[in-house]
Amino acid sequence: MSSELDSVLGKRWKKPPLIRRTWLRRSLSIGFVIYLILAIATIEVNWLRVYEGLDRGLLFILAFASPDFISRSSDIWTGMVESLVMTVGASVVGIAISIPIGLGAARNIAPLPVYLVCRGIVAISRALQEIIVAILLVAIFGFGPLAGFLTLSFATIGFLSKLLAEDIESMDRVQAEAIRASGSSWLQWINYGVQPQVMPRLIGLSLYRVDINFRESAILGLVGAGGIGATLNTAFDRYEYDTAAAILILIIVIVMSLEYISGMIRAKVQ
Amino acid sequence: MPVFEKGESKVWQRRTRTQSLFHWAMWLTGTAVFVYCWERISEATTWFFVWDAPRISADIWTRATPPRWEYVSQLGGPIWDTLNIATLGTIIAICLAVPVAFLAARNTTPSVLIVRPIALLVIVSSRSINSLIWALLLIAIIGPGVLAGVLAIAIRSIGFCAKLLYEAIEEIDESQVEAIRAVGARPWQVMTYGIVPQILPAFAGITVFRWDINIRESTVLGLVGAGGIGLQLQASLNVLAWPQVSLILLVILVAVIISEWISAKVRGAII
Repeated sequence: MSSELDSVLGKRWKKPPLIRRTWLRRSLSIGFVIYLILAIATIEVNWLRVYEGLDRGLLFILAFASPDFISRSSDIWTGMVESLVMTVGASVVGIAISIPIGLGAARNIAPLPVYLVCRGIVAISRALQEIIVAILLVAIFGFGPLAGFLTLSFATIGFLSKLLAEDIESMDRVQAEAIRASGSSWLQWINYGVQPQVMPRLIGLSLYRVDINFRESAILGLVGAGGIGATLNTAFDRYEYDTAAAILILIIVIVMSLEYISGMIRAKVQ
Repeated sequence: MPVFEKGESKVWQRRTRTQSLFHWAMWLTGTAVFVYCWERISEATTWFFVWDAPRISADIWTRATPPRWEYVSQLGGPIWDTLNIATLGTIIAICLAVPVAFLAARNTTPSVLIVRPIALLVIVSSRSINSLIWALLLIAIIGPGVLAGVLAIAIRSIGFCAKLLYEAIEEIDESQVEAIRAVGARPWQVMTYGIVPQILPAFAGITVFRWDINIRESTVLGLVGAGGIGLQLQASLNVLAWPQVSLILLVILVAVIISEWISAKVRGAII
């Protein structure tokens, strides 16, 4: 028997920690606790107000049991249609623009200047949140769904181009090379060598983006960019919880069905 | 392979005739739907303002530059609030998301018929509704302030974290769990020694990823009154103080870039 084994035998086994270095683990956890204390200490909470609000919270939860679709049905209908219209329009335009930008942002098929320009566009679009873009566009283009439509298109470009470019960069070079070797033009090369490889993922991502666009379109109304958000905001402001609950239920149902449909299409494509 | 004989030569086509017809029909419907949507949007737009847009944007640009740098001294508190909203919200969300994820995963749920659908419903409702809407709702209930922001972020993040987490749980290696069970572990021990070590990296990754998203979202929560730097943004927008608006946007941009950098570093170190 080696002494090494003996020294191990007496001890109980312990789970290895997630972070191996002891000093790093300890300083991280101490720092975290200090931060937590500071953060919680600086939050000002009016507990009386919270306590008074609990009744209203209960009312709201009860409202989910009896949502009111009827009394504001025309407002809800117009808002929902506007949201859906913005979603569809912005998804189509966003996808159409993000395909060339995605091609340009893939290092293996684009020359360096094009690559840098396209990556720049992607970075700008991803760094700015929808709601901030919407505020600026409402200031420029005026209230209404056009601002929301442009916001969603802009956000789609950043999301889709980046993922498409990453997909193109990781594609199989051999197939594209084979098309090139048979003397194809640049367009034919993209169409027959690259596109078939990335198409399933592109379709999947586009459907996912449609889903996101609908969810985002529900808040654009808060800043005046059209859609169901304005109706929802009014319902909250007037404490009409049953109408608000109806709108929220509609949003949840539409998102669920969109997810279901996109799941089916994705399963079929892949 | 659709090949047609044309006299002597054979012509290759990409699709058969039915496939092409189907494609045409799809494109036609798609175009029709898009044109209809565009009509609706264009009806609701005041085109006069749109044609005026270049002048307006140039005007806003001249008003907004240069940013009012000395205003930065007033942004320290709001930035701290924003950071707290994101971090505390993420912590609460994680604490609630873990049990939901275990209830929703097919291989750990106590009952597939009753508990799992409820857990999935919780996940879907929390995910479908944007944090700004949750914030609106909470402000109506518990009043404006940082607390409403923290709770809004927490509720919104539960669904996201729980969804990614339960997918990770469903993908674990069953043989490790089997091994732990075979040495006579109790269910609780199976959990801590068989399942948790397998999902811990995914868990840490999801947490940091969501924290990064939450920093972005909490910067705008103030627009509806839920605390953070968005309050200053809203106040500056209301009085049309464009130099302050541009400064706040710059600060938000820097915060977002820093949080994304931190999140990428941490995830790189874990995975």
